[in-house]
Parts: sequence; structure tokens; C-alpha cells
Amino acid sequence: MSIATLPTRRDEAWRYADMDALARLGAGALDQWKEIALAPGEVRRHAMVVGSDSPELHRIRLTIGEGARAELFVTNAGGDYTRVEVEVRLARGAHFEFGGVTIGGAGVTREFVTQVVHGEPEATSNQTVRAVHWAGATGNFLGEIKVARHGQKSDAAQDFKGLLLEAVASANAVPQLEIFADDVKCAHGATVGALDEAARFYMMARGVDPATAQRLLVQAFIGDAFVALEDEGERERLLDAALAALEGARL
Amino acid sequence: MLTITNLHAQVGETPILKGLSLHVAAGEVHAIMGPNGAGKSTLANVLGGKPGYEVTGGSVEFGGEDLLALEPHERAAKGLFLGFQYPVEIPGVSNVQFLREALNAQREARGEEPLSGGEFLKLAKDKAGLLKMDMEMLKRQVNVGFSGGEKKRAEMVQMGILDPAFAVLDETDSGLDIDALRIVGAGINAIMRAKENGGPDKAVLLITHYQRLLDVVKPDKVSILAGGRIVETGGPELALRLEAEGYDAVTA
Repeated sequence: MSIATLPTRRDEAWRYADMDALARLGAGALDQWKEIALAPGEVRRHAMVVGSDSPELHRIRLTIGEGARAELFVTNAGGDYTRVEVEVRLARGAHFEFGGVTIGGAGVTREFVTQVVHGEPEATSNQTVRAVHWAGATGNFLGEIKVARHGQKSDAAQDFKGLLLEAVASANAVPQLEIFADDVKCAHGATVGALDEAARFYMMARGVDPATAQRLLVQAFIGDAFVALEDEGERERLLDAALAALEGARL
Repeated sequence: MLTITNLHAQVGETPILKGLSLHVAAGEVHAIMGPNGAGKSTLANVLGGKPGYEVTGGSVEFGGEDLLALEPHERAAKGLFLGFQYPVEIPGVSNVQFLREALNAQREARGEEPLSGGEFLKLAKDKAGLLKMDMEMLKRQVNVGFSGGEKKRAEMVQMGILDPAFAVLDETDSGLDIDALRIVGAGINAIMRAKENGGPDKAVLLITHYQRLLDVVKPDKVSILAGGRIVETGGPELALRLEAEGYDAVTA
């Protein structure tokens, strides 16, 4: 039996969510947390493509032991509301690496919501999210970083860039930093823009057709999110899934 | 090869080209010189089909076709190459990937087989050598971190790889030091003029401010563009007179 009730948009973490799609999914989905714990010194990497024709909610709780390293890379190309939530607890000297891409049109909302808690000293985290949208779609990145009083020498970075292929699409970035230690580094950046028309014309002037020019530019744009993914096969799988979603996008 | 008749063009609400007519025959290198603001770059951009440049009158015929009816990439596939005054940086895309996509897109549009990766790399290495450019630079991102001179040299490597029938080179000599100027000039000669490379069937429209590039790439004709029109056309001696006397004296 579900103990959860549906959140509302007044909840900060659900501010840009698609509430109708969430209702279709039902409150039961909120209980479905995937709990993963990394032992001290362990290194684990996971790459995944999420999204289908129905709403999807992926909730992950990561506990990363002392000196351990967790890497998560996601292509979020859902055909309906698709939300990936990650809660991370970092022990001393642990690292969390996240690379995410939301891509798509069709009026759909796709989002990443992360909460990274630096509760012990010397832990590091790096998050890179790219959003490419068109046709009334929305891409969101809500990233919360909490550095507790004991989290001295924490180093946390968050980088978001949105690319809107037409005006009737949107991207929301909500970085939230809560810092209670005095010797920490926290960096975050967020930009949203359109396709570089000068670059597109340059490519066309060399004979590249408009669709290929767009694909090359989008590929370069989202590539940042998977730079840290060292497994070349997995990197290509995630990139290909993202670029496949681009087929049929407005030029 | 290229015939421009009474061309009028504007950028925004401002008319720039005001009845420009020009004919460039196959086998010809035709230099365009003119004071700042005369419309030289506008002419290049209109020929390339850059968005924002609106043609309000006149016609451009290229190899028997209406050039202005074609999209920029279709113009390239027909053999037109536009050398940029300010080559664009494209982070995240390598020169090799970009040029291979470009060349194979052109070949496909002409009904030719695409080049394999190996064939393409051999061609690229060959043309980079012509311009004395390190192959390593071609593996880097398009124009990212290149100096002004390197960008212009890379433009010529691109031209060598794409092997166009007609090149419009917009101030390719700006930003080049003396050695680089010689290399680029020799590159233009090798790619566009050499008989064994089909030179007699090719042509170049060379937009420049200075005589020094013309010392290397000896033009067959020189035209002066002023106030949005061609005001005078002559032989190479016209460029020398401009260099000696200035635009005001020559066009007066």
C-alpha cells in the first residue's frame, strides 16, 4: 500500500513538473526508490537511456562510502513526462559524477532533480546537464547542493546549458546551494540560448545540409554532458539515443 | 561562369548594393577592390546566401543557373566556395568530421559516391601539406583556438579539400603575416589556377584591400567597387594605380 501522496507545485522540487502526468502515474510510483550503496573505495559507473511513451519516474538514492566514486550518466528522451531524481550522500573523500541530457519536443516535460549532500569533509561532486528542446517541450534541472557543517574542503560543481531550437520551448535551471561550512568550493552556472546561426551558415556554406548542420551542432552541445564517461561504447549509446530523438525536430 | 546583373541588396533597411553588374569568365581571377563600406563583403555574403542579406533586385547566374534561387548548401554543391573574412569557431566539432560531412554531402548532392574515412584523411593530409598546415590542427575543433592567420590558412585547406569550381574569397589576406600570405597565395594558385587541377575551368573572385596578395595571385582583371556598384574594370595595372594613387584619385 502506498504511503505517499501526490506532491503539488508548491513543493520546490516539483515546481516545473507535469502534475497531470504524475497523477496518471499514481502516488505509488513515489515509493519506488532504488537504493544503492557503494562500499568505501568502490568505483561504480552506470549509464542509462530513460523514457518511453508513458510517464516515467526514476528515483535513486546513492550512498557513497569513504573514498568511493559513483558515476551516473543519463539520456532522458521520453515521449511523455520523464523525471530522474537522484539523492546522494557523500562520505569523506567520496565523489559523485553526473552527466545528463534532456532532449525532445512534443510539449513534453523532461527533468533531472538532484540533491547532493556533502556531510563529511573532502567530498567532491560534478554535475553537467544539457537540455535541447523544441515544439513546446520543457527541460528542467533542479540541483540542490547541501554542504553540512562538517563538510570542510568540499568541492561541488554544477553546470547547466539549455538549447532551444525554437521560441516555443523552455528550459528551467534551479541551482540551490546550502552551505554551512566555511572552507568549501561550490560553483554553478546556467545559460539558455538558441542555435548558433553563424555556425550553421558556415556549415551550410561548405555544403552541409541544414538537418546535418543542426545534428552536428546539437551533438557538440550535448557532448559536454558525457565527456566524463570514459566507456566509449556507452558514451556512443547515450549520444545516439539523444540524437535519435532529434530526428523530426524543427529546423 | 558567373554573371551578376544590376544586383540590388540590403541589410535590414539599408541598401548596400545599388545596381552591381559583373562578369567573371572561367579561367579568370578577378580582384575586387574598393574603399571600406563600398559593399565588398555584402557582395560575398549575397553570393553565399547568408541570412539577413536581402536581394531586392537584379540577378546572379552561375554556371547557367539562377544562383539566388538556391539554398547556401546547394550553392556549395554546385561548386561555389565562400572564403570567410571571419571564419566561425565551432566548439565540439573537429575539422576532420566537419569537412568530411561537408565533402560527402556535396558529393551526394552531385550523385557521387562518398569518400571513406581513409580516403578522406589522405585527401585532407595532401591539402593541409599544400598550405603547410600540421595535420594535427585538422583534428582539433573547427577554428577554436586558431590565430587569425591560422583561420585563414584553414579556410584555404577547406577550399583545397572541397575543390570548388568558383571561389569567392573575402579578404583572405587580412590577418596574415608576409610568410603566411605567400603560402596562402601559392595555395590559391595551386588549388584554383593550376592546369592539372582544372584551373582553366575554375574562377576566383578575390576581394582584397591590398596589392600584396595580388603580387602572388596575379589577377586577370581588377574591378573597383564603390558605392554599391562596379565603377571601373581593368587589368592588373589598375590595382597598381590604386596602390599608388588611392581610390579617390582613380575613381574621380
